[in-house]
Amino acid sequence: MADLEKFRAETRAWLQANAPKALVGAGGSELEGVWGGRRARLTPDQKRWLEATAERGYTAPTWPREYGGGGLSPAEAKVLAQEMAALRLPAPLIGFGLTMIGPTLLQFGTEEQKREHLPKICRGEIRWCQGYSEPNAGSDLASLQMRAVRDGDHFVVNGQKIWTSYADKADWIFCLVRTNPAAKKQEGITFLLCDMETPGVRVKPIVLISGASPFCETFFDDVRVPVRNVVGQIDGGWTVAKALLGHERSMIADAFGAPSARARGKGSYLAELARRYLDGTDGTGGALPDPVLRDQIAQNEMDSRAFGLTVQRSRDAAKAGHKPGPESSLFKVYATELNQRRYELLVRMAGPQGLGWEGAGFEPDELERTREWLRSRANTIEGGTSEIQLNIIAKRVLGLPD
Amino acid sequence: MQLVLTEDQELLAKTAADFVSQHSPVSRMRQLRDSKDPLGFSRELWREMAGLGWVGIPFSEGVGGAGMGLAELAVVLEALGRNLAPEPFLSTVLLAGQVLALGGSETQQRDWLPVLVEGRAILALAQQEARSRFERHRVATRAVRDGGGWRLHGEKIQVLDAASADALVVVARSAGSDDAAEGLTLFLVEARAPGLSVERQTRIDHRSCGIVRLDGVTVGPEAVIGRPGEGLSVLDPALERATAGLCAEMLGSMSQAFELTLQHLKSRIQFGVPIGSFQALKHRAARCFIEIELARSAVMAAARALDAGEADAPRLVSLAKARCSDAFVLVANEGVQMFGGVGMTDEYDIGFYLKRARVAELTLGDAVWHRERWARLEGY
Repeated sequence: MADLEKFRAETRAWLQANAPKALVGAGGSELEGVWGGRRARLTPDQKRWLEATAERGYTAPTWPREYGGGGLSPAEAKVLAQEMAALRLPAPLIGFGLTMIGPTLLQFGTEEQKREHLPKICRGEIRWCQGYSEPNAGSDLASLQMRAVRDGDHFVVNGQKIWTSYADKADWIFCLVRTNPAAKKQEGITFLLCDMETPGVRVKPIVLISGASPFCETFFDDVRVPVRNVVGQIDGGWTVAKALLGHERSMIADAFGAPSARARGKGSYLAELARRYLDGTDGTGGALPDPVLRDQIAQNEMDSRAFGLTVQRSRDAAKAGHKPGPESSLFKVYATELNQRRYELLVRMAGPQGLGWEGAGFEPDELERTREWLRSRANTIEGGTSEIQLNIIAKRVLGLPD
Repeated sequence: MQLVLTEDQELLAKTAADFVSQHSPVSRMRQLRDSKDPLGFSRELWREMAGLGWVGIPFSEGVGGAGMGLAELAVVLEALGRNLAPEPFLSTVLLAGQVLALGGSETQQRDWLPVLVEGRAILALAQQEARSRFERHRVATRAVRDGGGWRLHGEKIQVLDAASADALVVVARSAGSDDAAEGLTLFLVEARAPGLSVERQTRIDHRSCGIVRLDGVTVGPEAVIGRPGEGLSVLDPALERATAGLCAEMLGSMSQAFELTLQHLKSRIQFGVPIGSFQALKHRAARCFIEIELARSAVMAAARALDAGEADAPRLVSLAKARCSDAFVLVANEGVQMFGGVGMTDEYDIGFYLKRARVAELTLGDAVWHRERWARLEGY
């Protein structure tokens, strides 16, 4: 315990000395921030902050030092997060390298793969994207068809991925390919890493109902990928794929679970916004004049708090050396539905001011919330639909029969 | 605050679970109901629970208790809740017991807490009235000065374990109008006091409760708990603790109701397959599971926040009670639906959980009341 307090004091001193002054208090959520990559454009402060933290391994605090991580224990990593939160510092680096492919490589990668990829992830040099879904393989992911045919020490890849998040900004893609069409559908899949600059890779952004294009179609046309880029066994990629999906679900849960923790003690954002749109509030506080809306706000914030406590319970159990409990299986479905209900409420309470797409008559934050509401409808589809999550809970946790 | 059971708490949970499955199947509660047992629980079992140290868990070592917290008591209450054990933890340990532990005079504590901890005294809290609903300050029962002491007039309803109580904590109004926020005084009144009468009430869960009539009951100045007119300063924190305890019991009950339902989903065959293979039921079962897990987190957090004296504790108590109220009712309703026709019969236990869910929901504030309180504490 004394060691941990010493670590806290050192960390605090280091953060105060090294965090760019302009970023202290800036905050920022897990979904917005510096994603890194070859084409990233960082402000001088962001660049300094990334370099300073990467130098100490603080972009991936719990990864081993030899791969660019901080080598911290979970308890120390929690202290670091608390100290960064106390200064309301933004995460120096975010992205699928840190949250998805990195943890998967630590688990399944060869020594060579870890040494090649992990340090570049930690330094924000390479940005990754995820090639899982295909036009005919959505919820039924294992039916994917993108072919990889062996040709000496390469695979030749042909086919199409879809819903590839930020493929247009990514440098590398980790993808699932079919290497054995004769085998049972889960058994002929291989997990492959591919440089997006390889000839034959083409990316086309998809315009969504929100007007944004975070997702892309990614086409592979005779793309040659070295066999040494296979993670896990050839034809054994489904095991790796499922482990990564677990990392993806906890990343999504973290991203949506965090706002409640941040908002705590700072008053209610929902209530603050309600006051702006409701007649009859005199600006002095007191009970909101609409008891139905007030109840809905309380419900949403209490759900958010209960979810945050459940994430905490899961982490505390892990720290105490317990196996992951059944509660972790609910994170994805609950966090995403909660986020949707929150945006439903935010748009509805703005009334007609919640209807703006662009231009005159709407405040920038109103337009942004409405776009975010539209974006949030994807939360329960991407990363395994809510229905798939409920199937998983019913089967794995509750033991209900097929 | 660590939301994980310590090794000692794990051990306590296992002991309690073993004891409950051995000595307190749901059939025992059914039998107490069928025989119209005047007490509504078993004195022998209560003494055994006291002997195991459970009754004394939240009381100080000075009065024979264990000096432990709600986190430990919650573990026991959850086990008891699984099989709907009707022993008087809520009335005696949590409601009246906590009032005495937090605000009782030295004499009051010395007279009552050691015998309570030994399982030899039952206490009750006479608080609720016909018009009070969930509001703690809405009290019409009057306390009028009478010489050096007081004279009490009024009627309390649904007082838990009133018929078996040796003494009652009575919430009475010593000043102000019926709805005034201030002016409440707590009194410790012996059950045999002249002018005090109890009429047994029967609710859907068949736990013992009753109407307590105070018809000019005379008490001395030593009967006052805490200070005259400042009753809420003792009652409020006691009710926080009682609410957290009730939530732990509800958590056990809803967990067991859900397990019974899961067993049924796996064993009931229709269309040639177990009905639990149907996706419509799988998804609903998964939703129940999610609600129970969130309730568990809230209950653990509320108990630990109260034990640590955190300023956030009342908010977490409201979070726990709102969630447990909604989740228990959901799980019980879904249970009866998934059991189908037999779920509606008295023969099956699932109906007992449905009825207990409703009673627990409407005890110490329902979900709407606690969301309202949350909003107030959050400043909107």
